[in-house]
Amino acid sequence: MSSSNPTYRLLIALVLAVVLMVLDQRTPWAQPIRYVFGYLTAPAQYLAHLPVDTARFVSRQTQSRGELLEDQERLNRQVLILEQRVQKLAVLEAENTRLRELLNSSASLEGSVLVAEIIGLDPDPNRQEIVINKGAREGVRRGQGVLEAQGLIGQVVEVGPLASRVLLITDASHAMSVQVNRNGVRAILAGTGQGNTLRLLYVPDTADVQQGDLLVSTGLGQLYPRGYPVAEVVSVDHRSGAAFADIVARPKAQIDRASHVLLVESESVESAAVDEGETGQASPDVTEEDGQ
Amino acid sequence: MSKEKPAGTGVILVTLFLAGLLEVVPLPEDLNWLRPDWLLLVLMYWVLALPHRVGVLWGFVVGLYHDVLVGTTLGQWALAYSLGAYFMLAAYKRMRVFPALQQTAVVFLLVGSSNLLAYLVQESVGRTYYPPYTILYGTLASAVLWRPVVAALRWVQLRFLVR
Repeated sequence: MSSSNPTYRLLIALVLAVVLMVLDQRTPWAQPIRYVFGYLTAPAQYLAHLPVDTARFVSRQTQSRGELLEDQERLNRQVLILEQRVQKLAVLEAENTRLRELLNSSASLEGSVLVAEIIGLDPDPNRQEIVINKGAREGVRRGQGVLEAQGLIGQVVEVGPLASRVLLITDASHAMSVQVNRNGVRAILAGTGQGNTLRLLYVPDTADVQQGDLLVSTGLGQLYPRGYPVAEVVSVDHRSGAAFADIVARPKAQIDRASHVLLVESESVESAAVDEGETGQASPDVTEEDGQ
Repeated sequence: MSKEKPAGTGVILVTLFLAGLLEVVPLPEDLNWLRPDWLLLVLMYWVLALPHRVGVLWGFVVGLYHDVLVGTTLGQWALAYSLGAYFMLAAYKRMRVFPALQQTAVVFLLVGSSNLLAYLVQESVGRTYYPPYTILYGTLASAVLWRPVVAALRWVQLRFLVR
């Protein structure tokens, strides 16, 4: 029937697959293949999300007038509260900029923000990843931080033409630098592979970390923007004999309930773009970041 | 059959696209364990039905598609599906005369071995969290769904004259 032997074809396929895997793991050269296939996979991802969209549309259409009024009232109240906080923020921000100028350190800028919708979750329980509906066409870049209303949820690891993949902070292969908001103790926050559990690694038994502490991103590692809430400490277990405390944290963001996310630039990328050439002065911030 | 002009490549591609869609359709967390390997099932059906047309190369390309779809290392599923298509190619004559239960058992072994291969690759890049026996749930679901998939695709094949 077929002219060539399928065993040869299998051998060729195996060799090709292994070469591809090595290229994909070690080099960026396999990215174009991914990008081209992205045009074919994105329609499937968008279509798979369609039932969710439809359900949302239907429930929105059938909301009663009373519910809408109630919603509006609640949102109005929320806006008032937020506006009051923003008023204070404007003053604080100006003050902060002035102080930073005095210290000769680069000013932190408000970055450009892109809103995206979550259109898919990873079907493999081993991996904590999501798919969002913005890709290279909208200017998504690899390494961008991804936020939800309550806090950080992850980073962009793969950019397709029409959709991108986000690695969540709960993935077992993910770790980031955080500090305790209360006193500035720094530590590494690692995912566990389970949806709602994070772990603080290598924290000395004597470090001042308590239950309920808020962990915020430090911006070290230059991937995530600085100062966003990430997680809350759930339990601190001091085990006698162990060198490090066993600290469990829970993400601030409600990852399993989020439907929209924000994409932000990390500060280092922005400031590098803004104050290029300002290399002479070593600000305290910079030396600290270099030391890590 | 091989004398006839091949037709219906588009239909095969559409069935594969739909299988890919089912591969990423959102499921409740617990049901996720039982997600069958739709792409491999559909691929194996076409190998079984048209062994002179659909073979290892198809397996490779469909596998690459799966890789990009779920974001695994490029080549992980290409490797697994090439092997799955090859095994089916080697066994299709026997498969056609096997009774339903025996077919299901063979499919269980084929899906299981190719999924195990994919798991090993994923393990080697450090992206596995649960132990390897967890792939058995999906494999079992795939085996159970083999006969319904065959029935549906047989209808598609006759209806759209794929040959």
